[in-house]
Amino acid sequence: MPQSVHVSKPLRMVLTTLVAIGLVVLLWEGYKWVGQQTGDQIPGTDIDLLVTTDDLTMPHAKDILGELVSDIRDGRNTLPMSLYLLKKAWFTLQEAAIGFFLGLVVGLTLAVLMLRWRVVERGLLPWINVSQTIPLIALAPIIVTWGRLNDMPDLFSISLIAAYLTFFPVAVSALRGLQSPDAADVELMRSYAASWRTTLFKLRLPAARAYLFPALKIAATLSVVGAIVGEISIGTKTGLGRAILEFAQRYAVFPERLYASVIGAAFLGLSVFGLITLVERMFVGRTGEAAT
Amino acid sequence: MNGAAVEVMGVEKVFGRGSEEEVTALSGVDLTIAPGEFVTLIGPSGCGKSTFLRLIGNLLEPTAGSVEVFGKSAHQARMDQDYGMVFQHAGLFDWRRVAANIELPLELRGWSKADRSDRSKEMLDLVKLPDFGGHYPRQLSGGMQQRVAIARALSFEPRLLLMDEPFGALDEMTREHMQGELLRIWHETGTTVVFVTHSISESAFLSNRVVVLSPRPGRIHSIVEIGLGERSEDTREDPRFFEASTEVREALRAVEDGS
Repeated sequence: MPQSVHVSKPLRMVLTTLVAIGLVVLLWEGYKWVGQQTGDQIPGTDIDLLVTTDDLTMPHAKDILGELVSDIRDGRNTLPMSLYLLKKAWFTLQEAAIGFFLGLVVGLTLAVLMLRWRVVERGLLPWINVSQTIPLIALAPIIVTWGRLNDMPDLFSISLIAAYLTFFPVAVSALRGLQSPDAADVELMRSYAASWRTTLFKLRLPAARAYLFPALKIAATLSVVGAIVGEISIGTKTGLGRAILEFAQRYAVFPERLYASVIGAAFLGLSVFGLITLVERMFVGRTGEAAT
Repeated sequence: MNGAAVEVMGVEKVFGRGSEEEVTALSGVDLTIAPGEFVTLIGPSGCGKSTFLRLIGNLLEPTAGSVEVFGKSAHQARMDQDYGMVFQHAGLFDWRRVAANIELPLELRGWSKADRSDRSKEMLDLVKLPDFGGHYPRQLSGGMQQRVAIARALSFEPRLLLMDEPFGALDEMTREHMQGELLRIWHETGTTVVFVTHSISESAFLSNRVVVLSPRPGRIHSIVEIGLGERSEDTREDPRFFEASTEVREALRAVEDGS
């Protein structure tokens, strides 16, 4: 049997990422190539492909990736697209971060309240679910108008929109996590005459971490989505949402630019996802391997 | 009676009173347990033995009657943390190392870090796991985890130990070993033990008295005195141990025959 090659963990992550990107490029170009051969039909049939493969709809991968290094004007300066996107992403990240922490605080508070009082859970949980069925596009202008009437900066209004998305997974999963300890664990705390608060801090919150962190990863990416949608619906002067909006309007001329900005947004989402994963490692720590 | 460790008088426990699923778990139960005694509660499932234990620990309130622990109400005894509790599943907190698990009740009582660490070392010696303080529970076998749970229950030197089928999830060999360990610890600490089990041999091997319960509603059917004196592993092959087991078995048969 061949010896498996040992590769360090960070290197392995870089390699898998590169392979994954390679596969996506291959699929993209493969689909495009097939479409070009068959006149945008599924091979051997007269059925049209779902997406046509001309250069306007699907620019070549090399053009999109090339766009990331080619120059673009930003006000009076000229700089590479990737740096331009990074600059815009920095604004979006700030909005997303504030939104994320707001959502975290609100979500956790709601979860603890629902844990403490059954009535609150019964009364509130349906509304928390309903809250996510309201289209963000409808909600955003309302929040912004309120914000402007109360002299809040737009950045904060966008953060509120992001928080509106992020509090949901936090509240739902935190509640499940807080309720996760066994009846025996709760009885044990009772046998120590532990107060509700002590039981919360020594038992329920530590037990909830395993449930909370997967939700925080979702919340982090949602906070980026929320910030971008917020920027687009408000019409801010900067941020990734603004960039996406501008490139969308000029899609007919520079389709690669919109794709490049989408890659930028995905990159930002992945970055916050990775950040939460790091925090998770710090907070959850090792709890040992299972006994043999 | 003054000086009893546990005094149960006319206790009744009804679950879901007034609802369609109303169940009388225990009815008309009287029992006095002396300090330092090892008493086992045994009976078929549904006889309310776990409920009985939880009433002593004030994890449940009786519907009627009274429960006193060391001359105070069961509630006061729980507030004073007069007893330690061990469940069928060790119930260790995954995120705490073994030593931190043992120190949990001490932490809640506000002990200093140094005192806690001294005590958890003592306790790990007592349950013969001196090198495992830094491990996580998941790295331990089921029997080892249960020993940690016992160490945790004994860490604050309670005068009463309540055990709810603590060895029920262990294999036979580990189980017998743990029984021996428990008797050793009982001798060393002189604590009172109330032990719930559904194993006849376990009840005969461990206790001074076996309380046999009958189901629906749970009542004390009979109490079997076990006069085995000091136990050792040889006790398991002692004819008197068989006699004691037989006596418990016959009491349980009488329960099932409804006599």
